[in-house]
Amino acid sequence: MQVEEKEFKPTIVAFCCNWCSYAGADLSGTNRLQYPANVKIIRIPCSCRLNPMFILRAFQRGADGVILCGCHPGDCHYTTGNYYARRRMTLLFSMLDFLGIEKERTRVEWVSAAEGQKFAETMNDFVATVTKLGENHRLEDLRCKKQ
Amino acid sequence: MQRIGVFVCHCGTNIAATVDVKKVAETLLQEPGVVYATDYQYMCSEAGQNMIKDAIKAQNLTGVVICSCSPRMHEATFRKAVAAVGMNPYMLEVANIREQCSWIHKNIEEATEKAIILGRAAVAKVHLNAPLIAGQTPVTKRALVIGGGIAGIQCALDIADAGYQVDIVEKEPTVGGKMTKIDKTFPTLDCSSCILTPKMVDVAQNENIKIYSYSEVESVKGFVGNFTVGIKRKARYVKEDICTGCGLCTEKCPQKKVPNDYNLGLDTKRAIYIPFAQAVPKVATIDADYCTMLKTGKCGVCSKICTAGAIDYTQQDEHLEEQYGAIVVATGYNPIKLDAFDEFAYSQSPDVVTSLEFERLMSASGPNGGHLVRPSDHKEPKTIVFVQCVGSRSTVECGKPYCSKICCMYTCKHAMLCREKYPDTEVYVFYIDVRTPGKNYDEFYRRAVEEYDVHYIKGMVGKVCPEGDKLKVQASDLLTNEQLHIDADMVVLAAAIEADKSARPLATLLTASMDTNDFFTEAHAKLRPVESPTAGVFLAGCAQGPKDIPETVTQAGACASKVIGLLAKDHLVGNPCVAHSDEMMCNGCSTCANVCPYGAITYETKDFSRRKDGTLMRRVASVNPAVCQGCGCCTVACPSGAMDLYGFSTKQIMSEVDAICK
Amino acid sequence: MQEAMIARAKELLADGSVSRVMGWKKGEFSYDISPAVFENADQLVDFVYDDFCGANVSKYLINESKKEGKILAFLKPCDSYSFAQLLKEHRIDREKVYVIGIPSYGKADINKIRAKGIDGVLGIKSEGTDFIVDTIYGEEKIAKFEAMSERCLTCKSKKHVDVDEMMGEEGEWNAESKRFDKVAELEAMTPDERFEFWRGELSRCIRCNACRNVCPACTCVSCVFDNPNSDINNKAAASSFEENMFHIIRAFHVAGRCTDCGECSRVCPQNIPLHLLNRKFIKDINELYGQYQAGANADEKYPMVNFTFDDCEPGIVYKRGGNQ
Repeated sequence: MQVEEKEFKPTIVAFCCNWCSYAGADLSGTNRLQYPANVKIIRIPCSCRLNPMFILRAFQRGADGVILCGCHPGDCHYTTGNYYARRRMTLLFSMLDFLGIEKERTRVEWVSAAEGQKFAETMNDFVATVTKLGENHRLEDLRCKKQ
Repeated sequence: MQRIGVFVCHCGTNIAATVDVKKVAETLLQEPGVVYATDYQYMCSEAGQNMIKDAIKAQNLTGVVICSCSPRMHEATFRKAVAAVGMNPYMLEVANIREQCSWIHKNIEEATEKAIILGRAAVAKVHLNAPLIAGQTPVTKRALVIGGGIAGIQCALDIADAGYQVDIVEKEPTVGGKMTKIDKTFPTLDCSSCILTPKMVDVAQNENIKIYSYSEVESVKGFVGNFTVGIKRKARYVKEDICTGCGLCTEKCPQKKVPNDYNLGLDTKRAIYIPFAQAVPKVATIDADYCTMLKTGKCGVCSKICTAGAIDYTQQDEHLEEQYGAIVVATGYNPIKLDAFDEFAYSQSPDVVTSLEFERLMSASGPNGGHLVRPSDHKEPKTIVFVQCVGSRSTVECGKPYCSKICCMYTCKHAMLCREKYPDTEVYVFYIDVRTPGKNYDEFYRRAVEEYDVHYIKGMVGKVCPEGDKLKVQASDLLTNEQLHIDADMVVLAAAIEADKSARPLATLLTASMDTNDFFTEAHAKLRPVESPTAGVFLAGCAQGPKDIPETVTQAGACASKVIGLLAKDHLVGNPCVAHSDEMMCNGCSTCANVCPYGAITYETKDFSRRKDGTLMRRVASVNPAVCQGCGCCTVACPSGAMDLYGFSTKQIMSEVDAICK
Repeated sequence: MQEAMIARAKELLADGSVSRVMGWKKGEFSYDISPAVFENADQLVDFVYDDFCGANVSKYLINESKKEGKILAFLKPCDSYSFAQLLKEHRIDREKVYVIGIPSYGKADINKIRAKGIDGVLGIKSEGTDFIVDTIYGEEKIAKFEAMSERCLTCKSKKHVDVDEMMGEEGEWNAESKRFDKVAELEAMTPDERFEFWRGELSRCIRCNACRNVCPACTCVSCVFDNPNSDINNKAAASSFEENMFHIIRAFHVAGRCTDCGECSRVCPQNIPLHLLNRKFIKDINELYGQYQAGANADEKYPMVNFTFDDCEPGIVYKRGGNQ
């Protein structure tokens, strides 16, 4: 799927666990599967390293969408990390929704090291969703506005 | 302020075709702290690496950013290169501009912009990098095997064979485990004792192996390479080093009404006993629950009769501590209790037995010397009904959701042996499925059906009612859709097997994870099947899941090779990207320890008084860097932010976020 | 009740079983009550317990239990949950505290009394379903449901956990509590409405940190917002983002540990209904991971340090609750 070329190009931060999803992202590169350049990946050791503060910080500094990718439940390199991440993110997303912040701006997807295809598809889909939502205004710091 | 050098790789045309590498280098040179930036065709080549080394020396660089392929590909290469000229390898970061940039984008402008942003994030991170040094810990070259069944025995023998010391801790008075109770083994029908006892003797005679029988593990401290294990040697009231195993005491003891657990309570033994003739160690043990002397102080027959003077009624439990480098868990299994399955009348009739009890009834060392008779009236049974999957693959709460794996084959073996020894016996087997994966297993099953005329019926037994001297069996044949009524003389239940009850508390001691069925979890289901996620803890036999003897022995051997691989090292080099706690901010709330999969976090109460007037004691966390694997779960669990992760610190990740969102 | 409590405190001080007493005393005004430690029997003259004593004293026991000698603490049911949760987090030395459970039938909210036009308040007592408010103009009667604080109207439990001794009647867990109604009401709004609601509330935040300082779950030696290594340290919320950030992170950090005592909203000088954020988490936890009450069970792992293999996926948020 190709994202429509519009004026607005959202800034997307993707946190990927080192063992599965980062490797999955590498595989999608190896297979030359396209996804928009506005997705920038930050490598973290495990999905459980993702502090809610990082997500809020990204939005503060002007990100329009944040996605966390980790090993599938049961496949965590550290056995249990993604189970904790799953609970944390579920509750955090629910809270953001409770505060009236568009819930589609945040997402968790489990991507294994073999799922290059899934990684690219997920990113294409996420970028499309966030593009449709438009700019993030509800959770940004106006002082960090891009000039 | 760091002095950072940026090196942008063309990777031939892999990167350079879509990313304007010159522009990336030029732009990044404008970043604060970047004092040098260049590009080159192949950074990973020797010439490229030399370029990095020369620049570090010439420019006095304190940090390096490489914009190239994935760090999963060459991070180690570049770290080695910078270390060669004296830079700490953890002062280097890789910006992935190939797999995650040039290969997925076609528009040069977009890809170049993205490469610059990724490079900027890496620069921002390097600003906050600090030199990290991987810790080294020595390895205690001795292994502990918990459980002395066939898994533990095989594993200990293999480790000992490689020249390392092994201790076996076995909670029963003898090693051997379940296999000692089994009569014949499938699919070859060779005698279980005949193949096991030589191995038991080997264990006893091996100089590298020490057996702590009648003992339990009561505490585990330390970490991979350096475990300190507390072992409780239960009082057996017989001096192990003096007893010759002559067995005279076990014949003269006046207390004869002790249920014999070796025969699963099918007969009795004396209050002082040797479990069976081939026991290792062959030493008598007094059952304190039944011994008249220990209970009332009046008797002392065994002590009078023992010429060696081995009896000691005052013996106490002994507690000792030993050091180990690796721990093997081989705690084995037990058949489940059948109280909740009373439709099969297990508690109502002595002629309804479990398969393991049936093994004893068939065995030459069993209560009837191997002559198969009914426990109730000692008559030979003429009709025997076997029921499979009693509690296995069950959706009800009292059952187990998993397949116990061994029942299909041993039931087949029992049926075949009955027909062979007592050809006039009718044998029925009720099954849900017959599962025979394994070398020569299906052939074995077919022989039972085709040559031995065992009646295999697909269906479940609904009810067993004792009536007179018969057991009325009601069942349904699912293939013909008929209701069956069989007057059986004996009913044998293939009870599900479950992890030994000692496994769960042991897992807590070891901080090793378990699944919901109390089987130990392996580090990776496919690729690390004999290692526990807890470093230094290995798994053998049914402690990890139901399996038969060949599979157990295979796994025990694999386990031994992993242990040997560990013990062969003099030092373990750690991963320096581990968690660490700022004790000035730590609350000691245990939240971090609760989520740590490795038990790497411990607490101590420290004095934080800053004023002269008294003490301020606080409980604070400390991370053992040798145990921590660096997942970072604790850093998020910690509410105060006292816990942070080297190499992926909160500030570092935040700076990457900032650089990307700028 | 107050007299009986003082008498019992004196007994325990006299026989040496405790050396200090944790209770409440009046401030400048009778309704202006703060937790206090009484060092000896003579000081107990200032000890007060009436329907203005809403303050949760459990948090004070962290430091008190670090001192020499044992302290007597009178805990209301909601205080006892906080106390038990702190014990679970190893923050209080149980050996150093003697706990007497005291019943609480609902505390008065001075703002609601004032809103009814009652001024010059000198004292309060309870009479059946009414509060009798003593004022400089004479006694005034006000129905309890009109004057009780919101958290007491939706009281979750009149039953204590972990007390050494009870004074008065032990109550029951209130399964009928309507404490999640307001959360449900917000959930039923559209995201835009919710956003407006919360901007309206949170924009009043002056970052006085009263909520943080009073909260018995916010007991960090050093708060993450004061931790320079967290990169989010700040003293005052300078933008709408920082207001959001502070309250989201604060609620997140106490999620699964918050006993829903309602102190945050009680002390907020700007009257922001902060407890709704905590209740949202409690409601979500109850619905997604099974009923859980922080502090109720000493052995149970709390939800944020626990998981099951078949927990729901975060995507459930897109499907449940809230109008589009």
